[in-house]
Amino acid sequence: MSWDLSSDRPIYAQLLEQIELKICSGIYPPGFKMPSVRDLAQEASVNPNTMQRALSALEDTGLLYSHRTSGRFVTDDADLIKNTRTRLAQKHIKEFLKKMSELGFNKGEILEILINLSGGNTK
Amino acid sequence: MTYIIECSNLTKKFKGKTALNSIDLKIPRGRIVGLLGPNGSGKTTFIKICNSLLTPTKGEIFIDGKEPGKETKAIVSYLPEGNYLNDWMNVRAIIGLFNDFYKDFDSKKAYQLLKDLNINPNDKFKNMSKGTKEKVQLILVMSRDAQLYLLDEPIGGVDPAARDYILDTILKNYNEKATIILSTHLISDIERILDDIIFLKNGEIIMSNTVDDIREKQGKSVDSLFREVFKC
Repeated sequence: MSWDLSSDRPIYAQLLEQIELKICSGIYPPGFKMPSVRDLAQEASVNPNTMQRALSALEDTGLLYSHRTSGRFVTDDADLIKNTRTRLAQKHIKEFLKKMSELGFNKGEILEILINLSGGNTK
Repeated sequence: MTYIIECSNLTKKFKGKTALNSIDLKIPRGRIVGLLGPNGSGKTTFIKICNSLLTPTKGEIFIDGKEPGKETKAIVSYLPEGNYLNDWMNVRAIIGLFNDFYKDFDSKKAYQLLKDLNINPNDKFKNMSKGTKEKVQLILVMSRDAQLYLLDEPIGGVDPAARDYILDTILKNYNEKATIILSTHLISDIERILDDIIFLKNGEIIMSNTVDDIREKQGKSVDSLFREVFKC
């Protein structure tokens, strides 16, 4: 997965979000040993200090943790990852609902479109 | 010593024209700093003073706590604007020259980088394209284990793909305790590798901040901010 950075928001915040996404989607699975700051920075073509800042912020949330000698790992806490996933989903759905209401759709109409698009099956 | 560059009231005048006007600046170690400004804003003058190629008219500057000179040249790796190497030499000979001149030069690294870029060390400098020359010069500069890298317009003459390679090379090859200062006006290309930016206008610092702070507070990229600040 490539790193997609937009130009108008702080870079570290975008890196943080994208690593979160990679953890939620299993690209970085639970217990995974993260690449070094330098390698990650290079992969994303960003400044190592900026990458470090994003990783530290993720350590604060608990999604990543550091082992003094062996490096940085993804948490094994399945609940924490699940909660993060739910939070990200809610965020995206809120943005989606906002756009839909800007287009003039009410909740019933939105639901109808969703059901139609997903093949008419709500299960 | 925390700061690699410290200057106060630094002023440079050329025959009545003020190129740098009373610059106060402290640049810490371990940062990648963009020195940004339109043509004629004083970027190259500042870099040349750091290298003792020019002397200040007024004020003071210290590199690693010392005045620019012989001692500081040993820890500063400088990429001047344009060509500065002998045209008749081949790359192998130039690498030999750098190896003789600088204690911290790593020939092995230089040859590896040349190989990555498919540049033949037996090619003569004069037979190379402008872009290839720039790449060779950058390779030489980044193959030193310096404390301060001063890169004057390192990406001006190369295509966007080579630009990416050059930025990668910079990220890959500097040690984390070193500081890199690079001057350019191609801001959008380098924004994401910078920690800090310094905006120069008519020889004065009009802004100095971190890239993420600018994006956070202004809600726009450094590139857009630059276009606004320096609107003609």
